Amino acid sequence: MTISLKINGEMREVDPAPGTPLLWVLRDELKMTGTKFGCGVASCGACTVHVDGVATRSCQTFAEDLDGAEVTTIEAIGASKVGAAVQQAWAEHDVVQCGYCQSGQIMSAVNLLSDIAKPSDQDIDDYMDGNACRCATYVRIRAAIHRAADILEA
Amino acid sequence: MTITTSRRGFLKATGAAVAVLAIGVDPKGALANTASGGGNITPFVTISEDGTVTAIIKHFEGGQGVSTGLSALIAEELNMSLTDIQWTHAPSDPTRYANLFFGGFQGTGGSTAMANSYMQYRTAGAAARELLISAAAKEWSVDAAQLSLKDGVISGAGKEGPIGAFVAAASAMEVPAEPRLKDPSEFRIIGKEIKARRDTHDKINGQAKYAMDVHLDGQMVAALKRAPNYGAKVVSFDDSAAKEVPGFIMAQTLPNSDAVVAFAENTWAAFQARDALSIEWDMSNAEKRSSDQIKDELLAAVNADPQYVASETDLTTANAALDGAAKVVEQEFYFPMLAHAPMEPMGATIEPLADGGVIIHDGAQFPTANNMVLNQILQIPMEKIQVNTLYAGGFFGRRATPNSDYLVELTLAFAVTDRTRPVKLVWSREDDITGGYYRPAMAHKVRAGIDAEGNIVGWDHRVAGQSIMKGTAFEPMIVQNGVDHSSVEGIADGAYTIPTMHLALTDAAPSTSVNWWRSVGHSHTGYVMESMMDMLAEAAGADPVEFRLRYLSGDSADNKRMAATLKLAAEKAGWGTPLPEGRARGVAAHKSFGSYCAEVFEISTDADGVVKIEKVTAAIDCGIAVTPDVVRAQIEGGIGYGVGHVMRDQITLEDGAVYEQNFPDYEPLRIHDITAIDVHIVPSAEAPTGVGEPGTPPAGPALANAIAAAGGPRVAILPMIGEGVEFA
Repeated sequence: MTISLKINGEMREVDPAPGTPLLWVLRDELKMTGTKFGCGVASCGACTVHVDGVATRSCQTFAEDLDGAEVTTIEAIGASKVGAAVQQAWAEHDVVQCGYCQSGQIMSAVNLLSDIAKPSDQDIDDYMDGNACRCATYVRIRAAIHRAADILEA
Repeated sequence: MTITTSRRGFLKATGAAVAVLAIGVDPKGALANTASGGGNITPFVTISEDGTVTAIIKHFEGGQGVSTGLSALIAEELNMSLTDIQWTHAPSDPTRYANLFFGGFQGTGGSTAMANSYMQYRTAGAAARELLISAAAKEWSVDAAQLSLKDGVISGAGKEGPIGAFVAAASAMEVPAEPRLKDPSEFRIIGKEIKARRDTHDKINGQAKYAMDVHLDGQMVAALKRAPNYGAKVVSFDDSAAKEVPGFIMAQTLPNSDAVVAFAENTWAAFQARDALSIEWDMSNAEKRSSDQIKDELLAAVNADPQYVASETDLTTANAALDGAAKVVEQEFYFPMLAHAPMEPMGATIEPLADGGVIIHDGAQFPTANNMVLNQILQIPMEKIQVNTLYAGGFFGRRATPNSDYLVELTLAFAVTDRTRPVKLVWSREDDITGGYYRPAMAHKVRAGIDAEGNIVGWDHRVAGQSIMKGTAFEPMIVQNGVDHSSVEGIADGAYTIPTMHLALTDAAPSTSVNWWRSVGHSHTGYVMESMMDMLAEAAGADPVEFRLRYLSGDSADNKRMAATLKLAAEKAGWGTPLPEGRARGVAAHKSFGSYCAEVFEISTDADGVVKIEKVTAAIDCGIAVTPDVVRAQIEGGIGYGVGHVMRDQITLEDGAVYEQNFPDYEPLRIHDITAIDVHIVPSAEAPTGVGEPGTPPAGPALANAIAAAGGPRVAILPMIGEGVEFA
């Protein structure tokens, strides 16, 4: 079935098989590979994108349910003020190791900072616990989120 | 260092419109300049006429920071900023890009990337610097000694010019036989606190390309349905339901009968079709035991006569010492199988070329081994097998197995097609968790005795588990007198000087495929040694740090370096200072991969005994820390990796089949699990040693020792949650 999605500000027509998760529409049909496949069961957060501004696990979201929705992915998150601040903080702290989870981490961090301007450590735990990092970059993720909040406040 | 610095002739880059200065080694390992007509040298660094400096990284970047570390060596000798250097993965070519610790083999592992490259890459960078300066001196008719190179500009004797202007001339000059390496006092990058990972940019905006991200025109995606039990074989399959999946192409039994492969036009269709396959398995040679039975067998083995003795001290001598002990501490330990579970599930793509060759697109940990597999299965000459090395989404040892498991699958899957279309193999997370090549299950039993003064007088240590190295190409190097050293490393060859230690090993029958897992044998031996040291300290009524230092008091490098590392961690952690109510500390120290690491865990426990890791303080002596912030990151990550599995994870078998399927059953460490990690680097002028793995072994026992210090259980059977420990 053909559906229309506004992806990173651009209208796209896609034609996935029924039941296809948004993740695979992005990765295989649109060749936007910044959004990662980690577990397929919404347990690791590597596939996190924003659907109508809300952090969403794209591996458990049917594309056919999103006709007309606005989707933002890691490829364009730097265009937003919060996204740019998060990326800057990530670079300042050299957060990444293997990097495979970091698209999802950044999308979740942007969601957190959009909701809570000055998050506490507890807020960070609450918002980021669904994003696994097997390299265990967590202490830097925490520091970078606090840094991004400072950047945005300045 | 094995570079020989014989002189080579020089030629301009063949066929290039623009000259490029390239410095590497020739096939004999000699330092060499840009290629001769047929020479085709493959370099460690290239400098183009626009002044771009590119480091050619012979190890794959899987998060360990090697792209930054080896680039730093080149940038240092070229006296440029780390932020200005470019890098790229080297092609697969074991004659030029071998791991110098692995023989004629290109590969990454054993925390060796920096250790084997340190002099090689610095020498290449220094040679490039001297050539460029010599070319400028000649052009300006001045003495080279008057010139210096800094930030891409050569200056002196009243002259100044960008390095790119001298690339063509430098390419036609003779390589210096022994380029002068910078004195450490001149370092501006090595050992300095710089945050400038060379892979950060790609990884924060979705541009980094992993094997999972390959899209080639016309590619088919392959997903495999593997045997549920180790050793089962395909008898037949029914793909009638798979044929209903849009995008399904075909299904075939792999030629080794280990799996049925479903081909489809995209990943989702491949997974759907794979899941729809119905397969009849021959279970006659399949593993049918359950984990509980395997555990019982291993624990029985460490209580029976051992198969092999791995120490000079025999049992009679150790028993005599233990008979004279004032107290004997006796403890059994058990370690379950563990999956590596890197964030990126396994996979790679094979691309057929018109000339009969192929390109493998892979985050390749052992490209040389992979190419040998392709050569054998497809009968393609080695020189026609290219590797496009991509970022790896973590590895922890998993992207290399002794038999190149997923490359074999990919190659066999490609082989059953008409070989005209690229084939991309994709593993799901379930494939990863159930796919074997685990850290083997291991049992230990230790009896250690102390005298009336609380000093160790004897130690009898038994280990049992499945050998990783036997039956592999690594056996001749690692197995001696029947002892797979990777099963017992870190016990008798640790940093401590422990008197009268008997060490013995019994191999277990295979229950699954096993593999090296971050820190290999140290992942269990470190836990046992450091739990025992704490238990002995308690029996001796001694402070755990002070007790350990008794066995680090000699003049050996091991004793001195570990003592200094342990003292640094203890000091920075405030060891011995009072803690608030409900807090406790535990310490562990372990040598692995040539490095010394000590960690102090500070935990809190609530009224119900629920444990939270509040702070980890670590010290690492890895020789010269080339890029200290990358070292720190690796220790942070090694701690998280080590402790997360000890807390919660295990791979179990039910009637021979793996029970755990995905992250909900194999719960990763999460951000709430550790509040803070503080890593300190011991200053050193020694040659660099490993950092990818040494942070892992002390983490589990330091947590265990903290839990015991808090009045909790002494956990010796892992994972901890199976022994009643609850985590916040």
